[in-house]
Amino acid sequence: MTNPSKKPKGAEISRRDILKSGAALATLTLAPGVTLMAFGGKASASEDMPADGLKPGARWGLLIDAGKCPEDCSACVAACSTEQGWENNGLDTDPQWIRKVTLKETATGRTNSLPVMCQHCENPPCVDVCPTGASFKREDGIVLVNRHTCIGCRYCMMACPFKARSFVAAPVTGQKSYSPRGVGTVEGCNLCVHKIDRGDGTTACVEACTATGNNAMMFGDLNDPQSEIAIAVATYASQELRADLGLGLGVRYQNI
Amino acid sequence: MERITYRELRSTPKVWGLMALCAAFVGAAGIEVFYLAKYGPIITGLNNQIVWGVPHVFAIFLIVAASGALNVSSIGSVFGKMAYKPVARMANLLAVALLIGGLAVLVLDLGRPERLIMAMYTYNFTSIFAWNILLYSGFIGVVAIYLYALMARGVSPKALKAAALLAFIWRLALTTGTGSIFGWLVARTAYDTAIMAPMFIAMSFSFGMAMFMLVMILTTSITHRVYSPELRTRQARLLGVFVAAVLYFVIVYHLSNIYLAKKTAYESWILLNGGIYTWLFWGGQVLIGSILPMILLFHPKIDTKKGYVLLAALLVVVGGFAQLYVIIVGGQAYPLEIFPGFEVSSSFSDGVVNSYTPKLGEFALGFGGIALALMIAGLGMKFLRIVPENLSDDNVDPAVLAD
Amino acid sequence: MKQLLTSLLAMAALLISPSYAQSLFPSVPKALGEPHPEGNEYWRINHPALLAHDRDLVVLEGIRDVDASLTGCVVCHAVNGPDQAPVQSPVSADSPDNSCRVCHEYVAVKIGCFTCHASVPAMEDVARILPEYSNSDEGWRAYLEDLSNLQRVSQ
Repeated sequence: MTNPSKKPKGAEISRRDILKSGAALATLTLAPGVTLMAFGGKASASEDMPADGLKPGARWGLLIDAGKCPEDCSACVAACSTEQGWENNGLDTDPQWIRKVTLKETATGRTNSLPVMCQHCENPPCVDVCPTGASFKREDGIVLVNRHTCIGCRYCMMACPFKARSFVAAPVTGQKSYSPRGVGTVEGCNLCVHKIDRGDGTTACVEACTATGNNAMMFGDLNDPQSEIAIAVATYASQELRADLGLGLGVRYQNI
Repeated sequence: MERITYRELRSTPKVWGLMALCAAFVGAAGIEVFYLAKYGPIITGLNNQIVWGVPHVFAIFLIVAASGALNVSSIGSVFGKMAYKPVARMANLLAVALLIGGLAVLVLDLGRPERLIMAMYTYNFTSIFAWNILLYSGFIGVVAIYLYALMARGVSPKALKAAALLAFIWRLALTTGTGSIFGWLVARTAYDTAIMAPMFIAMSFSFGMAMFMLVMILTTSITHRVYSPELRTRQARLLGVFVAAVLYFVIVYHLSNIYLAKKTAYESWILLNGGIYTWLFWGGQVLIGSILPMILLFHPKIDTKKGYVLLAALLVVVGGFAQLYVIIVGGQAYPLEIFPGFEVSSSFSDGVVNSYTPKLGEFALGFGGIALALMIAGLGMKFLRIVPENLSDDNVDPAVLAD
Repeated sequence: MKQLLTSLLAMAALLISPSYAQSLFPSVPKALGEPHPEGNEYWRINHPALLAHDRDLVVLEGIRDVDASLTGCVVCHAVNGPDQAPVQSPVSADSPDNSCRVCHEYVAVKIGCFTCHASVPAMEDVARILPEYSNSDEGWRAYLEDLSNLQRVSQ
């Protein structure tokens, strides 16, 4: 599989090498105003960073075992709120990137509980309807809102079958540097994309769920046959929400 | 039979008074826009469940009515009904004015209206919304060409017909696009049906004709010009046919839904237990918007009287707003089925009917759009030769009226 | 005509006199870290294009180690606010002392970034971008102290 993200990365490295070798001025006169730059020298030289850019061919996903998810636990919701810097004070205009839903089977009366967030569809309706392409799917399957191009039309919220998105209705302050959010744009679960890019290999909700000992959530690369999540979905029964819509979800559930 | 002459409106206190009234409404909308920019959409009644509210109802009404108003002109140029020719200019002007009014509301209701330009250069071709941006802006251009062809001297009938045909096809595409905004949403029970597109086309015929007749009767009354009663009666009966067509599509829509087991719960909600939406459907859309106007418009003695025709057109408009409120807000109020076969509850309104209480400012924005449309139409009529001066029965092609 | 001439003369006098001339230009706060190798002039002109280019790398392709990052601007170009008991802290974009605002207000260009982005540096970002400060309260205090010791330069 070819990965276009390799291209700018390659350009980045070579230009950095040029800059490091002290030919900055010469480079600048060759192509001013393009991308010839180095930030302070220090930032670009942080060698402890992992290999940069998204993982080619990956399909990041979650596996959620509703059977292990206690109704009174909302550790994942709290962790997401803290990590991403959104706050739910109970107003219907407050954002909820992830929420706990309580289920009661109509026919049998059996009750159950599970978290619902953006399902990171293979064919996301929100991406289809977005007029500016702000709602987009990264190559590794993460569905994101590019807030730089979001005009706040809310058509994605009309189109999403899972109510995964919220609209920021009032000015925001105190954002996290890795999770910008602001008034007039739409937002939703980003699968902790900053953590994935950093190489953490997990999300805030999964970390929190594991910390409680419930172990109801698992994160991983569904396309990597060796990964824990791929082995789990290949071994045990799991399902997508609204599978009838044929959206190909990245989040799968067990024991609903 | 004289030649039809068109004249600019004279400057009378009534004309400028109405303009000032419209300007006041536009100003009120401006205040709402200012507060929206300052405090954000939190000042509206919108929330994370109902994301399109009253401004969208107004905007979509105006956009749908715009393509319908053009129809009055198409009947003359495309379908050769010569009697409609004298009002073609006015229909074109009104179509453009209504569209601009509707788009203004739609744009100012965006979370980031100042980024509208982005919708022009970051473009997603799979989005029907993006297509509509092209269809709407193209509509203004196409209708402007058509209006020019109608008004300029020495335009060959062939060229005029070509312009008229292009405008007609364009407006069908436009309304198909508007209906498909809802028709192509798989997520919600109320939408997700192809009938939305033809239903919106029928709605555009009806709302557009009603808006046209309201403006025409109002303009000819305050400027003491003649609006041929024969033509008016013909148009009134045609409006009745359009109202019936909308009702037909509404009946087919609901019958199909009732037949599908997965949608019966939605139908029993919207038709019987939906509170405000059920009331608006039966009272607003069906009774006020369809039954009453049809009685007025098809009654052989009433449909010739100006006052009743005016009333009927007004009822169609009111019913149209009710219908769009039911479609847009009602469609969002009904809970999404994420877990079929389960009763669900959460802190994010899962499994419950979503609530929405529109704020005054949202109405201000909506009425501002109508006022802007009327102002553009009024200024057009004031400074261009749009309104016929001598549209008496004698001057309307009798051969056409007879058939 | 006479009035026009007088005002023109007055403006000319303002430009010639060095003491007045200084006050016409924004007083730009100095920054921490190593200076841009391309020079300040280059960055003054090109920072919008550079930031816009690299933000697309980050958002669309997940390339996080970019050269022009807004977090980088915020960390190195932070300005300490007036002494506030008990601690001093960098000002946000709400303050007219904010580095970005000093120039942007001079040229009357609205800053769109801080509607969504954090305008105050966070401790872990400081430690990542300027490794001489550790990701600890101690490192944070050293960072704040160094910020306070920076001078303003008039251009």
